[in-house]
Amino acid sequence: MNSTAWRVELELESSRFDPLGAAAVAALAARGLPLNDTIRVGRGFLLPGSLERAQVEVMVSTLLADPVNETARIVAPGAVEADGGKSLLIRRMAGVSDPEAHSTARALQLLNIALPEGAHIETYRSYRCLGAIDSALLLEVGARALGNPTIEEAFLGNQALGLHPTAVPRTTKRRDIPLRNLDVEALSAISRAMSLALSAEEMLAIQDFFVAQGREPSDVELETLAQTWSEHCKHKTLTGPVAFEQLDGDGVVVAARQYQNLLKETVFYATQKLSPDWCWSVFKDNAGVIAMTDEIGIAIKVETHNHPSALDPYGGSGTGIGGVIRDILGTGLGARPFASTDVFCVGLADMKDADLPPGTMHPNRILEGVVAGVRDYGNRMGIPTVAGTVIRHPGYVANPLVFAGSLGEIPRKYVEKAARPGDLIVAFGGRTGRDGIHGATFSSEALHEDSESIDAAAVQIGDPITEKKVLDVLLVARDRDLFTAVTDCGAGGFSSAVGEMGEELGAEVDLESAPLKYAGLSYWEIWISEAQERMVAAIPPSKLVELQQLCSTADVELTVLGTFANHGRLILRWFGEVVCDMPMDFMHGGVPQPCRSAIASAAPQNATQWPLLVDHTLLLPRILGHPSVASKEWVVRQYDHEVQGGTVLKPYQGEHGHGPGDGSVVKPRLDLPQGVAIGCGIYPRMAELDPYAATANAIDEAIRNTVAAGGNPHRTAIIDNFCWGDCRKPDRFGSMVLAAEACRDAAIAYGTPFVSGKDSLNNEYRVHGEEKSIPPTLLCTAVSIVEDCERTVGTPLQKAGNHLVVVGITTNDGGGSVAADMFALEDSRVPRPCFETAPSVFAALHAAITQGCVAACHDLSEGGLAVAAAEMVIGSSGLGANIDLARIPASDTVSAVARLYAETPTRFLVEVHAEQLEHFSGLFRTLPWAAVGVVQVGGQLELRNGTTPLLSLDSATLRSANCVQA
Amino acid sequence: MKPRVLQLFTSGINCDRELRYAFELAGASVKVMHIRELIENPAAIRDCELFAIPGGFTYGDDLGAGRILGLEIARFLATELEELHARGGSIFGVCNGFQALVKSALLPRVEGVKISLTWNFSHRFECRWSRLLVAPALGHVLPVGSILPAPSAHAEGQIVLADGQHDVARLEAANAIALRYCRADGTPTSEWPDCPSGSIGAIAGLISPSGRILGLMPHPERNLSALHLPDRGAGAWGTGQEGVAFFRGLVAPYLANVTS
Repeated sequence: MNSTAWRVELELESSRFDPLGAAAVAALAARGLPLNDTIRVGRGFLLPGSLERAQVEVMVSTLLADPVNETARIVAPGAVEADGGKSLLIRRMAGVSDPEAHSTARALQLLNIALPEGAHIETYRSYRCLGAIDSALLLEVGARALGNPTIEEAFLGNQALGLHPTAVPRTTKRRDIPLRNLDVEALSAISRAMSLALSAEEMLAIQDFFVAQGREPSDVELETLAQTWSEHCKHKTLTGPVAFEQLDGDGVVVAARQYQNLLKETVFYATQKLSPDWCWSVFKDNAGVIAMTDEIGIAIKVETHNHPSALDPYGGSGTGIGGVIRDILGTGLGARPFASTDVFCVGLADMKDADLPPGTMHPNRILEGVVAGVRDYGNRMGIPTVAGTVIRHPGYVANPLVFAGSLGEIPRKYVEKAARPGDLIVAFGGRTGRDGIHGATFSSEALHEDSESIDAAAVQIGDPITEKKVLDVLLVARDRDLFTAVTDCGAGGFSSAVGEMGEELGAEVDLESAPLKYAGLSYWEIWISEAQERMVAAIPPSKLVELQQLCSTADVELTVLGTFANHGRLILRWFGEVVCDMPMDFMHGGVPQPCRSAIASAAPQNATQWPLLVDHTLLLPRILGHPSVASKEWVVRQYDHEVQGGTVLKPYQGEHGHGPGDGSVVKPRLDLPQGVAIGCGIYPRMAELDPYAATANAIDEAIRNTVAAGGNPHRTAIIDNFCWGDCRKPDRFGSMVLAAEACRDAAIAYGTPFVSGKDSLNNEYRVHGEEKSIPPTLLCTAVSIVEDCERTVGTPLQKAGNHLVVVGITTNDGGGSVAADMFALEDSRVPRPCFETAPSVFAALHAAITQGCVAACHDLSEGGLAVAAAEMVIGSSGLGANIDLARIPASDTVSAVARLYAETPTRFLVEVHAEQLEHFSGLFRTLPWAAVGVVQVGGQLELRNGTTPLLSLDSATLRSANCVQA
Repeated sequence: MKPRVLQLFTSGINCDRELRYAFELAGASVKVMHIRELIENPAAIRDCELFAIPGGFTYGDDLGAGRILGLEIARFLATELEELHARGGSIFGVCNGFQALVKSALLPRVEGVKISLTWNFSHRFECRWSRLLVAPALGHVLPVGSILPAPSAHAEGQIVLADGQHDVARLEAANAIALRYCRADGTPTSEWPDCPSGSIGAIAGLISPSGRILGLMPHPERNLSALHLPDRGAGAWGTGQEGVAFFRGLVAPYLANVTS
């Protein structure tokens, strides 16, 4: 069969270097297919076969091809391309969004070129090999190396390639799922067959409910309950009862505790106990809100998007950032996003392909994909991505983690919202498609070898420009008072958005009114689809016309789905037939919460055995190149971290932009002096040994990042993101309980309330029957108010002759540190913060910064004092540092090696202005601090222990050691 | 009355807030209009002295950055924009706005030069600070030979010319080159990282022979204070006043007109 469409492939002129072609050659070689010549990559367009050649040529010259540097190859319908076997074509599967094709069709209208009635366009990529190639191998290897088989299909250039057929509308009738007479096994079989991820107890509760109702449930009723009760939406584990036992080293129970609702009694408890008046909204909306000024609040949320990113790193991370941005848009009556964060956890860089678990991508490919996804979504949204990190650990190889955060600015009067009975339920933004079906239940299940092939529908493809339009229109509508409530469509799609907004009211929805990307969706798919870029709002009927006009100008599609009621029921109709009629009480309160067992093993208490003799000249460069320490500038440069013009302390700092900052500082309003400092803390290596200490350290790190930059520790809010394994297993849940307790204790000690949070459980991977968990991973994100952005400091050294001061005590504990990893030390005690002194240290440092004593400041984290000092040198304009380890605050028993590389929390290396040391001293009084050296000209880092020189390295050496990509 | 800036808005524009703020700092009043409103009423352009297109990713950069917006401008707004220019008004585009000016053929207005803006040589989006050497053609805005520091943040900023260096010479002869990427010492360069894109002739910005249609890739509207600078005003990136001076220079002719 020959192709029925025109193929147009636009390649760079042959005289120009094709970087994408070179990258393709490298990707094929990495997969075991070396080529002897290069590849030319083409932007491909499939055009309807009924067009005339002349029409196609006009389209190419006026619209598709670059006028200067591209040449077009046009293959007519039915023609067989000579040498087609040397070209690999990769295109999206049917139903996967293709925004560029959409834009192309619209641009054709601008040129007055009409497409045939009902015809569409598709885009694809072509890879044309110039040298000899085995076609079969190219297809087999290329499909994976150059495409993503989950969402894309590969062809050879000599194969038929037609446009995807147009979907046919389906007129499904209500379908019931008889379950009243089934036993537990049969109920569980239904849960599995429908991918509901409901447990046996939950299926029994549902059965009881419908027995009492005297009828069978419909498919969409079951789907709705599965979404609403999913771990992703309901957080059953963290909000359920738990019996916790702590074991000692011999496996004997030494402590036991009970929680009725773990989250409420730990994380929420801390916030409640603190409840400062500058917290305007906590744990009840899509994001927490704190005060920046009396009138302007800051909305904060961090989300995870782990499982979708494992299947499609690019789409998964992009829609992760897109989703958390919608959380901010859906906070109160809408906040304006002004900054984003991202944290990635992936496997090790040097992993061999042969050692990868089946069905997983190489960690480097995952990392490149997730970075590109955040880049392309965040940059298009025009929101600066300003903070984050990359963690490498073998435990993430099959289950990478993607955290995406967003901050928004919201006037105080818009913080509260409430839909009213009679308000219209309005959807606006993107259309509904089959993308993201079962995302909520999928994310609540472990990944497995077949995930790649069977869960393709869970992948979501982003279209940031559609979301940008939604953002623009939503904020105008908010300022014109056009809606009473708004929320985003996240996991669970309309089912969650309408279900949550109508929880207290009841809602009626006509599902056939939802605009679809393509025909053929059944009503339950429409209801739970997680198609991106959609928001739901409650609109008083009197405001509808004005909102419609506004949306029409802004090119945003708006649809009335139904109305909010006052009968407390969820009623769904499909072309008039009722397909769902359930009380909101049962949906939101009916989930059974069994008591779970949690068992924690003992954390190592043995002292860290640091090596005695170390060649620091060799070791420090290696540590600077450790994946946790190495420069992430290559990532940051791909993000537009300056858009909106408010980034006043950048993620990479100094004259050459090479010095890693602690907290980034962003001004949401260019006309005001205030800003926010943003920091992140995460210690999975420590958490494997001691989840309590690691969690406290992560919180300490997030706060010390913002305080180091000039953030106010007394106006600091924090956010938790728990990523754990399967907490139905007591050992997994045991470490989670300890982490939650550490959250409670640290938040209370530091006076930093949690204002929002999210958990992602079941980060496990089944392979060959063995179940593996990721390392327990708690990400803490801190946001501190900065009263005056002029009073902030960066990390690069500023002036020769200034003092260098170490703040905070260094202990011997090195468990879970980068150096312990490097030296392969035996597991040992993990350091932990001193809750009594840490808040005073933060307060004193903040006073020193705001009073102008501090020229530069860097917190001590991965790699300890040695790395912090090196980074301050790297970021500076040719300055160096001379530091005496004997003088740092530490007990005499702490060796020089520990002083250099230990990762004790609550420590800083501070550059104090030459004439300000006395003032600084007055602020710190009896707190642990010591002047340990000076800033010097010449770019040399010199470390000594008393009179013994330990190391002398120049800035260029340090920088090149730090600069290993990925 | 203040000089009036009409600032274009459409799907994907995202540098509108800071551009507006920069013009206001420079003493102008700014009105923002969606392209759909302007297409319905292009005569609104008659009520401004300066027409500005901010940066962003209009229409997702689909089919090439600025391509679709360029088509829209050429088809619906070009007549009014030419009239604005003819009566002494200015047109300014930054980043994606510059790409749209080039793709709508409002720039560079030099006979026989075939130009495009394409992917950076690295084929990556790059966000890093650049130094821009002021060419004689921009002497009415900033001192010739001075350096305007500004962050670059783009993926498709490489200027390519059909006739390579010959076309560079033609642009130079026509006084169409406004700004060049340069090193710290002021030497123009097309080399990364001082030039993020590999742009031919180190070209960062183009200007019409009239001096009133100007476009550039980097973002001077993100350099409005010493706090914005990578070294926070230590000296390697200027004083933090250069960006404001640039916008004052754009607005200055109309300040004089309006007050006199």
